[in-house]
Amino acid sequence: MKVAYWPGCVSRGFTPELHGSMAKVAPLLDLELVELDRACCTGAGVIAEHNQELADTLNARTFALAQQVQGAELMMNICSTCQGAQSECQERLDANTEYREHVNATLAGEGLAYEKGLTNKNFLWLLVEEIGLERLRSLVKRPLTNLKVGPFYGCYIVRPRERLGIDAENPRDHYMEQVIDALGGTVIEYAGMRKCCGFPIITMNKEASLKQAGRHLGDAIDADADCLVTPCPLCHLNLDLQQPLAAGVVGRDLGMPVLHLPQLVGLALGLQPSELGMSRHVVRPTSVIDWSSSVVASAV
Amino acid sequence: MAEVHKPPEKFTLRLRRYDPESGNAPYWDEHTVELEPHRSVLEAVLQAKDRFDGSIGIRCSCRQAICGSCGVRVNGEPALACHTHLDAAKAGAKEGVIEIEPMGNMPVLKDLIVDMDAVHWKKIQRVTPWLLAKQPVPEREYIVSKESMVDVTQTMACIQCGACVSDCLAMEVDPGFIGPAALAKAYRFVGDPRDAEPYERLNDLAQDPQGIFDCTHCFKCVQACPKDVNPMGQIMRLRRIATQDHHIVDQNNGERHEEAFATLIKNNGLLWEAELLPRSYGGNSWFGKFAPPAGKELLSSLPSIVKALLRRKVTPMGVFKPHKIPSQDLKAVQSIYDKIESRPERYELNLYIVGEDETGAPATASPEGSVSA
Repeated sequence: MKVAYWPGCVSRGFTPELHGSMAKVAPLLDLELVELDRACCTGAGVIAEHNQELADTLNARTFALAQQVQGAELMMNICSTCQGAQSECQERLDANTEYREHVNATLAGEGLAYEKGLTNKNFLWLLVEEIGLERLRSLVKRPLTNLKVGPFYGCYIVRPRERLGIDAENPRDHYMEQVIDALGGTVIEYAGMRKCCGFPIITMNKEASLKQAGRHLGDAIDADADCLVTPCPLCHLNLDLQQPLAAGVVGRDLGMPVLHLPQLVGLALGLQPSELGMSRHVVRPTSVIDWSSSVVASAV
Repeated sequence: MAEVHKPPEKFTLRLRRYDPESGNAPYWDEHTVELEPHRSVLEAVLQAKDRFDGSIGIRCSCRQAICGSCGVRVNGEPALACHTHLDAAKAGAKEGVIEIEPMGNMPVLKDLIVDMDAVHWKKIQRVTPWLLAKQPVPEREYIVSKESMVDVTQTMACIQCGACVSDCLAMEVDPGFIGPAALAKAYRFVGDPRDAEPYERLNDLAQDPQGIFDCTHCFKCVQACPKDVNPMGQIMRLRRIATQDHHIVDQNNGERHEEAFATLIKNNGLLWEAELLPRSYGGNSWFGKFAPPAGKELLSSLPSIVKALLRRKVTPMGVFKPHKIPSQDLKAVQSIYDKIESRPERYELNLYIVGEDETGAPATASPEGSVSA
């Protein structure tokens, strides 16, 4: 399957292991990634806050570039925040022809135009809806037996439900549990799994931001999780990069490894932790998971 | 054709019970009621109260989603009990048992009744929720444009049920946050062309550490609101008007963060995290990192920074050199910025107001109703 691939900014910045692990995992899933290297940042909600038309136009440009990729079935991203920011812009562009034409007029100088109806899916959605859980299960080489995994979604990929196409038929807010299960792991449910990591206010109210991250990490520890997995690199920044500071704010030891979704998939599909950049985390998964009792470990 | 209703069915309710005056801990109570599936959760609770236990506490009045009294949590999600059908609630319930709890972020007075005065109404009062009329007050009515009043109708649709307050994730960790309902109410007056003090209102809400920049952008309030008020969207509009029209520079780094973000994307096409953070604290220029607040922040973040460098998560290259998109594309992005930012008025499309093409509503983007007009 060929997809127009939007990696986002942070996967190429402060979480390079995410971009790298997606590149390793894609061929194992027969995914051909055509990277949209000409596209710019989605604005992560901040540019929309600054000027809505600007955010809509920059994202329409990305959508138009994706639509130019020959043979691509859809556009794929690996960032909850990109998904949410893009879906919000796409909702306005698709809803109103006159507005879409107004935005396209700005893109015309570059010879680009966004045509209503792009399909844009986060890797998580693509895994379940395009590749399918059964096929994923059949590709597993090293089931995550005994690995207790807590999902952490990120707000932008679970709310608002209607905009994101979440309903009884497509329970996208439960896909992480389905994927963990298909990979042979044990799902750990905990209070914070669909809450906010706090990242958007890290520069405005650092204490409240880190308190959010620290609480969710603490809840996951109390629920006996070995690690968390997230489809959002911004959540990863607050949950992993900032974890030493979050521990100080909530006043408890944390030490909870946080994996990117492609890393977890890659482990189960037989890739080595080193290939997936797992030594690059602030909280090293390799130092916390009991590799001696896990099938994941025995195969390493 | 008359609607055909299904016959009554049995529904099991799991109610959260608590009487703070009793000294006992909260507990769960189960009752099975019999009602037609299109009936509401409120009717089910009232039947349980009527038939099995008169001491069940719930607040209600109009029973038609207008008064906002019966806000509760149904299966963990905020809802008006009178506006939630039993069949839908059962479909979303674990093991078929409908779980009903009081709203969050507010103290429980009894069972499903929370203290709205202690939290919700106090926060509403915080934003001066009345018109500070422009002087001189005209002899007859104010003459304003239709568009400017249509613009504030979305926030006027609020029925003060508290569902957004109940679910606010920023308030969960920072109870002093002014919160979604009150800030949506603030927009109602900031956006009103008859109000004399939009700058003062915005400056107050921007400088308050628990004001507009304390919203964590989690969409919980957007999802919770039964009336599509979109409180988070209103908070973003308050931020936009404060920073872009009134050029308010707040003490919470809100304006600096927004400006730095927009500038870095214009300069590089992609985000440069290592530069964004110091600029958010120290000011939106390359020199921002040398300002004392940026230095202080850098010091306090050392435990994370050192580990990130040791693990090669962050490389010196990534710190000092931004990722950029190809120069031709960067030029295109910059020309989009220039074109849109030089418009005499910002364009803002609010689907709540204009609707979608298919719905037959007028499909026009209208200039944002703001003080710049």
